[in-house]
Amino acid sequence: MDFLNAIVAFANFVFVPGLAYGAQLAIGALGVTMIYGILRFSNFAHGDTMAFGTAITIMFTTAFISMGITFGPLPTALLALPFGIGATILLLLGTDWAVYKFYREQKAKPVILVIVSMGVMFVMNGIVRFIIGVRDIQFADGERFIITAREFKEMTGLEEGLAIKTTQALTVVVAFIVMALLFWFLNKTRTGKSMRAFSDNEDLALLSGINPDWVVKVTWMIVAALATTAGVLYGLDKSFKAFTYFQLLLPIFAAAIVGGLGNPLGAIAGGFVIAFSEVTITYAWKKVLVYMMPENLEPDGLVQLLSTDYKFAVSFAILIIVLLFKPTGLFKGQSV
Amino acid sequence: MNTAVKDTALFGVVAVLLIGTGIVQGWNSALLILNMGLISAIMALGVNLQWGFAGLFNIGVMGFVALGGLATVLVSSEPVPEAWQAGGLRIFAGLALGALTVVAAVKAQQHFKGRTKTIVTLVILIGGFFLYRGVFDPGKEAVEAVNPALTGYLGGLNLPIILSWPVGGLLAAGAAWVIGKTALGLRSDYLAIATLGIAEIIIAVLKNEDWLARGVKNVVGLDSPVPDAISLQSDPAFVERALSFGLEPVVASTLYNKAGYAILFTIVLLILLWLAQNALKSPWGRMMRAIRDNETAAEAMGKDVTARHLQIFILGSAICGIAGAMMTTLDGQLTPGTYQPLRFTFLVWVMVIVGGSGNNFGAVLGGMLIWWLWVQVEPLGLGLMNILSSGLEDGSDLKERMIESAAHMRLLTMGLVLLLVLRFSPRGLIPER
Repeated sequence: MDFLNAIVAFANFVFVPGLAYGAQLAIGALGVTMIYGILRFSNFAHGDTMAFGTAITIMFTTAFISMGITFGPLPTALLALPFGIGATILLLLGTDWAVYKFYREQKAKPVILVIVSMGVMFVMNGIVRFIIGVRDIQFADGERFIITAREFKEMTGLEEGLAIKTTQALTVVVAFIVMALLFWFLNKTRTGKSMRAFSDNEDLALLSGINPDWVVKVTWMIVAALATTAGVLYGLDKSFKAFTYFQLLLPIFAAAIVGGLGNPLGAIAGGFVIAFSEVTITYAWKKVLVYMMPENLEPDGLVQLLSTDYKFAVSFAILIIVLLFKPTGLFKGQSV
Repeated sequence: MNTAVKDTALFGVVAVLLIGTGIVQGWNSALLILNMGLISAIMALGVNLQWGFAGLFNIGVMGFVALGGLATVLVSSEPVPEAWQAGGLRIFAGLALGALTVVAAVKAQQHFKGRTKTIVTLVILIGGFFLYRGVFDPGKEAVEAVNPALTGYLGGLNLPIILSWPVGGLLAAGAAWVIGKTALGLRSDYLAIATLGIAEIIIAVLKNEDWLARGVKNVVGLDSPVPDAISLQSDPAFVERALSFGLEPVVASTLYNKAGYAILFTIVLLILLWLAQNALKSPWGRMMRAIRDNETAAEAMGKDVTARHLQIFILGSAICGIAGAMMTTLDGQLTPGTYQPLRFTFLVWVMVIVGGSGNNFGAVLGGMLIWWLWVQVEPLGLGLMNILSSGLEDGSDLKERMIESAAHMRLLTMGLVLLLVLRFSPRGLIPER
């Protein structure tokens, strides 16, 4: 029986990775939820928007490194992030002007907009492959760890180590800043308030003189920033691959729906719910249980509830359970 | 120009494209495109049934197609008696326990109330899960340990592979029933996400459950319902006949094989098309469209909307399953690693939208046309890039990049086609009538 070691093992393999992944999903889900709240459709191109922003950021990162500009112990990609966001803003505003605007003016049904976003998804996927290819790309540089497992063991004298990657800490910090900024913007500024009004009741908002074009433009800009940030953080933590980003669509949507579509707070909560359930259910608990159980009761197997390949099944199961029992999500979302 | 002439002309265009491919790139590739085009047309028919008739937004096509592929293995491959002895019964006992747990949990949900309901359900689910794993896992390991390089799975029933086509449809229909029961009450975009997730789960199961169909180790060398090229070449009568037509026996045998598939696929497509057409024109088809256009009004007329949705969801998915089984038969192997949603779900959607949702002939046309485009975009793009970059010197960075990028033209082109059709001709090439 050794609770301290058990707690450290839990933190190392479940809590820290789950926290970082949750923060990434939360920022992704915020983007989906904003589009749903203001533009009123589920944007299937969101994963590919994330991939586009990340691809541009990677290109700027390589350029910076070749020019000798780095960010000290932090990844250079953080310096390139604003450029990635800028390019994504241009892309999304361009897409809105060329594609979505027409349907919005026609007041097309949401499901038509979803199909349109499928077309946009194809095009963006193609563009990303054009500019960066389909390879797996690692672009994290700088200091790899804040604390390595060995240092931790030496420091504390425990058997288990706790490693915290720079990118994990960075993810949590950046996610916190992004969320704080977003909520400040939505609650305190005039534009943010008009966006919330537009989301709550479009007709009433139009009646009180809110300019819908401006609201839509700002929404796309915020979505671009959120998507790029989420994509870059995920890529720094794991790696960049166009197809993986497309697959992120499922957990991100699950997060947004579980939290309640259209509700920013819900998106954040949903991100963490999905991430922690994925990690806990697919983690082999033997390592933790060994410390918790008396020796003769130690488990033989890995005590893994599901193999990691079934992580989609976990997001999906949670999604279905929430939808069956609480159709508008944990926090009250919209339903159209 | 009246509509019948226009429709015939559109199909004529497809025929011209295929014949042109035959003349330029050889009849072998033309037949290959035709065969996959026919399969794509069947998939498009299935999706059209769900979306065009009933307005159900199913983006889990890939999952049903993969289930059809699984059927070919289960039906046609040789059984592995050692594996059955090692753990076959255990596996099925485990699966039965798992199913029983779910049924018990659902029953408990209906039977109890309040807090007892939650507790009883949780106890059943958690207890059942561990019981299932306890029975199932040893069986799975034992089966997978049987000669893993060659078998390591339970094998199939060793029946003619053509039987797997209807079986594939049944498997897909069964999965669709389970999904439909849980997810069909949801709003359209929730249903979309749910089906997307189901498809990923089905692929994950196929990849990881090695005892079922060898997972990513693939099952190769499936039977073929038409004589394959190698055996034809060793048949002296065939070689003699080929020579008498003035054909190389090797070429003749591959053409014969592919043409055989084309005939089989055309028969299946015609049967399904005839059924779908009759369904569309029947009172049932009119009821479906009425439900699609105004659910509330249809409900007020006493139509059971949920039941009808479930019905058409199962039928459409079954058609996708049949197409999936046909495709795996044509490939001669089941490779779960190759199923990708962009290719097997979203491309089929492009086919339906471009062809004309709500019109069966439109779906068939879209399937053939878009499949031809999907295959030909790469060589066409490469040619285009070669012309565009011909002014640049050889080996320059830009030139290499341009030529390399031709490989990624497919997705871009498909997206553009979809967006352009949605914008300028939202009802498709052959609109609903």
